[in-house]
Amino acid sequence: MKQFLSFVRKEFYHIFRDVRTMMILLVMPVILIILFGFAITTEVTSVPFTVFDQSRDDVTEKITEQLNASEYFDLYDTAGSYEEIRLLFRKEKIKIAIIYPPQFASAYEPVIQILVDATDPNQATSLTQYATTIISSSPAIRVEATSLSRNPVLLPVTYLLYNPLMKGAYNFVPGVMGLILMLICALMTSVGIVREKETGTMEVLLVSPLKPIYIILAKGAPYLLLSMVNIASILLLSYYVLDVPIEGSVTLLFMLSIIYSIVSLSLGLLISTVADSQQSAMLISGMALMLPVMLLSDMLFPMESMPYILQLLSNIIPAKWYIMAVKDVMIKGLGTVAIMKELIILTVMAIVLIAISLKRFKIRLE
Amino acid sequence: MKVIEVEKLTKQFGDFIAVDHISFDVDQGEIFGFLGANGAGKTTAMRMLCGLSIPTSGKARVAGYDVYKQTEQIKKNIGYMSQKFSLYGDLKVWENIRLFGGIYGLTDKEIAAKTDELLHILDMENERNTMVDSLPLGWKQKLSFSVAIIHEPKVVFLDEPTGGVDPVTRRQFWELIYQAAQRGITIFVTTHYMDEAEYCNRVSIMVDGKIEALDKPSVLKADYHAENMNQVFQALARKATREE
Repeated sequence: MKQFLSFVRKEFYHIFRDVRTMMILLVMPVILIILFGFAITTEVTSVPFTVFDQSRDDVTEKITEQLNASEYFDLYDTAGSYEEIRLLFRKEKIKIAIIYPPQFASAYEPVIQILVDATDPNQATSLTQYATTIISSSPAIRVEATSLSRNPVLLPVTYLLYNPLMKGAYNFVPGVMGLILMLICALMTSVGIVREKETGTMEVLLVSPLKPIYIILAKGAPYLLLSMVNIASILLLSYYVLDVPIEGSVTLLFMLSIIYSIVSLSLGLLISTVADSQQSAMLISGMALMLPVMLLSDMLFPMESMPYILQLLSNIIPAKWYIMAVKDVMIKGLGTVAIMKELIILTVMAIVLIAISLKRFKIRLE
Repeated sequence: MKVIEVEKLTKQFGDFIAVDHISFDVDQGEIFGFLGANGAGKTTAMRMLCGLSIPTSGKARVAGYDVYKQTEQIKKNIGYMSQKFSLYGDLKVWENIRLFGGIYGLTDKEIAAKTDELLHILDMENERNTMVDSLPLGWKQKLSFSVAIIHEPKVVFLDEPTGGVDPVTRRQFWELIYQAAQRGITIFVTTHYMDEAEYCNRVSIMVDGKIEALDKPSVLKADYHAENMNQVFQALARKATREE
């Protein structure tokens, strides 16, 4: 035990004395949270729009007013023709245009046309949704519908569950947690082990009475601890800065994070048995771990709209299951039973990966 | 007392016989030079003796323990210093000493006493809090050796310990080796420098996985009618057919 602790202490010296490592540990989570929380976001606020009102009656004016009053849209200017709208789109002055047909208020089946700049399809979809919601829930339309005793119009009223404000942070915070843990546990451990191989100290350790399994555990332990600190800081940041609620049990979140960290640690160990230099360890971690986490974990791009093959592929990415479970616990407030599937998958992944990497690590000793 | 006993030790990788039936003994307190050109099989043989690699066939005992079954005990009773530098550069001098003391199971009291003693012998008392990276290479090497024998092992394996060090520092380094040998620690050393081979009590010269010569440097020189060990080595190494 004393051997083990001496070794863990040494690992902490390495971590605290390396500026690069400390930057990744301390600054990275904050930057990612701020970046994803504020900068990179599909959230819609103050999007410039225009109206081409061919009717100019009370109803259309009220709807326009309502759109303008919402926090999502700001009226840029009114347009007088389709040509004008096209010009505004081209100059990128507006993202969305609302077109009312002539005699809107008295029409039997009034139809509103919405034109959206779909260069960013995700944003286009949410813009359309917002606009439709605002227009259909507009009191002006309801009043009109009843007073004119037209065919009773069934207006769907949508309530958004779990994330009523449709904040992107609700999606990104679990994603960032998945990313950070992978970064710290997999990248840092693999680089840490490969560095010892490079400098030759690994040989000295292997000749020492320290058992290889202890070397591995001692390498992983500090990063496991630090990633828990990071999870805590991410949760605090997102709670106090991004106003993301923590509905479920914090203990469960941490338990989940520990299992996921163990999966990441064993991935790091596996990489360290393949890589010969710190650079290649970093490259492999970046390409083989970070990219899939970003692209295939539902963090940036919705899985549902991906080709079937990629959806299948995403199943082997631990981050996907972790992020799904974190969302369930954190945003929906679900308990252990609801995330049992994810817990089991992650645990199995951990066991398999540990077995493979330990075996590979032993082979490397020969 | 024999500290290392090797009999027909062999290591085969596929068709390639890296170490080919080597046999030798090393006495306690002896300085044993293990020479050979690159690729002759020195490192492989040394790894088997350190318990890092299981032999294909043959017998070997280190510090009285079997290299097949008792690698754990062997590891407790040997020290090791590699050609690459064996300490942590981003740890202070005393932290390195404490780390390896801890790994070899010394108590805190023993570590504290050892640290003082060691720094005194090396005349490095002022460097206690210096990062090892900022020490000159010669100092690092001496410190590295002292740390490798911090637990007073029965044998210490030195794998080209003086690579890249100037002659003056090398001589100082050998002073340390002599002191350790006088305390009864057996020294098993590989080296490229033939002047260092002269410092050894006995040397073996490996060629293509086999031990071609093994005796006192003076005897070898007489046998091969050579003026120095370098000529002996050249005469034997010329026979090598194996490439790197």
